[in-house]
Amino acid sequence: MRKAFPIAALAMAQLFSTPILAETELESLKRQLDQLKKDYEQRVEALEARLLKTEATAQQVITETRNIAAAPVRQNSVAPNAFNPAISLILDGRYANFDQDPEAYELPGYSLGGESGLGSRGLSLGESELVFSANIDDKFYGQATIGFHNDDGATEVDLEEAYIQTLGLGGGFTLKAGRFFSAMGYMNEQHAHAWDFADAPLIYRGLFGDQLKDDGLQLVYVAPTDTFLQVGAELLSGSYFPAAGEQNDVGAATVFANIGGDIGIAHSWQLGLSHWQANDIEGRTSGGHSHGGSTTEETPSFDGDSKISALDFVYKWAPNGNPQNKHVKFQFEYFDRQEDGAITMLNSGPPLETSTYDGDQTGWYAQTIYQFQPQWRAGLRYDRLDSNNRGSDTDVLGEAGLDNEGHTPKRTSAMIEWLPSEFSRVRLQYNRDRSYEESDDQVILQYTTSLGSHGAHQY
Amino acid sequence: MFYSKLKKYVFLLALILPFYAHHAQADINVFACEPEWAALTRALGGDHVTVTSATTALQDPHYIQARPSLIARMRRADLLVCTGADLEVGWLPLLLRKSGNNAVQPGQTGYFMAADYVALLEKPAVLDRSLGDIHAAGNPHFHLDPERLLKVSIALAETLAKVDPANQAEYQKNLATFTQQWQQATQEWQQRSQPLRSRRVVVSHNSWVYLESWLGLNQVATLEPKPGIPASSAHLSKVLTSLNQNPADMVLYASYQSDKPARWLTEKTAIPAVALPLSPSADETLFEWFDRLINQLLSVNG
Repeated sequence: MRKAFPIAALAMAQLFSTPILAETELESLKRQLDQLKKDYEQRVEALEARLLKTEATAQQVITETRNIAAAPVRQNSVAPNAFNPAISLILDGRYANFDQDPEAYELPGYSLGGESGLGSRGLSLGESELVFSANIDDKFYGQATIGFHNDDGATEVDLEEAYIQTLGLGGGFTLKAGRFFSAMGYMNEQHAHAWDFADAPLIYRGLFGDQLKDDGLQLVYVAPTDTFLQVGAELLSGSYFPAAGEQNDVGAATVFANIGGDIGIAHSWQLGLSHWQANDIEGRTSGGHSHGGSTTEETPSFDGDSKISALDFVYKWAPNGNPQNKHVKFQFEYFDRQEDGAITMLNSGPPLETSTYDGDQTGWYAQTIYQFQPQWRAGLRYDRLDSNNRGSDTDVLGEAGLDNEGHTPKRTSAMIEWLPSEFSRVRLQYNRDRSYEESDDQVILQYTTSLGSHGAHQY
Repeated sequence: MFYSKLKKYVFLLALILPFYAHHAQADINVFACEPEWAALTRALGGDHVTVTSATTALQDPHYIQARPSLIARMRRADLLVCTGADLEVGWLPLLLRKSGNNAVQPGQTGYFMAADYVALLEKPAVLDRSLGDIHAAGNPHFHLDPERLLKVSIALAETLAKVDPANQAEYQKNLATFTQQWQQATQEWQQRSQPLRSRRVVVSHNSWVYLESWLGLNQVATLEPKPGIPASSAHLSKVLTSLNQNPADMVLYASYQSDKPARWLTEKTAIPAVALPLSPSADETLFEWFDRLINQLLSVNG
């Protein structure tokens, strides 16, 4: 078989090659003719195309000339990257000097959770953010914010926001879906880099771990009135602090209303009311009262219901309504949280330490910013918290950091900013922080810059 | 339970909303970003439009806060008339997204950007923020050129007719009247402004290039070291040195800008400073405003 195959192949080749050899000359002539024909056809085609193109160009020139004379046409410039989303990169760095050890920081009467804390001493990088946004089509707008921050020497990546929002719903309605900062309060919806101070108000730190965000759905309605009036609601997963636990569908929800307007040309204001509620919180852990020397950390865990109500007010003034040279901004927010459930100290015992918990926490801050020259702003802020938490075992509450030990946390802050351009800011801030028994003098020198696309800022 | 009820309402609304029809009013509500577009829309729309301007001549259209009152106005607008070319980039997109108004979103008939209909000067070849707050699309202050303004008016009349087809004939008639009067006025201004030809001007911000090219003014210096960056003493002294060698005829600044740098220069050089309104005032027509501009310029160059 092995020998037979090549022989057969040879025979076959012989058989077929003979007629081909005989026809070679004729074939090559034919081929040459064909080639010539093709060549000419191609040339004629090319000529025709050129002629058509010239005609089209001429027509275009005529149309363009006509257009210039008659109606102007919309001009569209198309660059290869024209459809890329708007990208902006926020870079933030700081130098911090604290009199007290930032590790010892606590807010008596509040269990700190989320990212709350003072941050580190000395030189450090703040939160760097990458923001992408664009209209998705004529129906939706989308935005994503990716935050990078340091956590014990490692860089953590955090998807802070990722949402889509309707553009085309109409009738004053806007629906948002995804992960977003809740419309609770006034400052919560703003990114940290847009805040007027280097740190969050104490009440934001105490209740939300600096900021309240969640995954869910938000519906807002703006009324067709002269005075700005909007109402809205959010349905949230309830899996982020200060809610927690696996929920079947909705784990937390908010309702909110805002009203606002102008007084004359120089003054404007906005008032807001909002309410957040999470029922069936399961296992919300937070930092407790620190124990010196203990190796296994006891972590307080809360199960129960939580309700937060808030009132916010913002007032702005600018001569002739032109904030570029000079303006004043005053803002005030008040929060009240009521909680009902139980506290368990994880890693305690045995037996596990538990207590019933009836939480009552309130707090507010007020701040004023004054831009006295085009590139200079100064600000003052005052924070104050109070709490009256009760439970069956006061020792457990104490360990959870929920006993205020007769202390009302307070803080006074002052800052001055230099803004070389719209895209950069250098800020020097001083805090007299009496969050806990030991008073702390804090100095923060911070830069914040924005690279890339020009973002719009909220009121 | 609080949010099982809430959930029901939100889901219900989300389901019904796509079918919710927006009822147009008899008059069309126009949201103009700047007073010049408010004035132009009034001229073309006549009785059929109700126009409000988001800014006044004393406000810098680059830096406006997205105030609640503006969101409320945007909510009710049938037509948005703005400059475009990124002039309003710091506040307009936010107003649009917060308004819940589908009629004026980008791509809709009710979204009119004047810059889409004219060619812009000073389109930067290099885009780098170290050069200041430059506009990638070019200099957006083109409303100071009567010819470009006329082009915009043709496009705006067409848009008005699309938004409100019932009164199309009226808008075309108004446009014809406006065009004829505007061309006549432009000729008159050009004649009257003869003494301004080749005058050397120092400007505060680069807001006047179109006016300069129309009137034949010669810009010799800018008080801002870079666009959007306030005048520094180092830069001002440089300007002063160059002016001492090569004097200018006047210093121009927009009436919403700080007059300090211009006044300082006037004190040092005796070159007269002129605070020009970059936009018409609330009830002023475009004709009255252009008249005022020319008169102010002539008053120091008579």
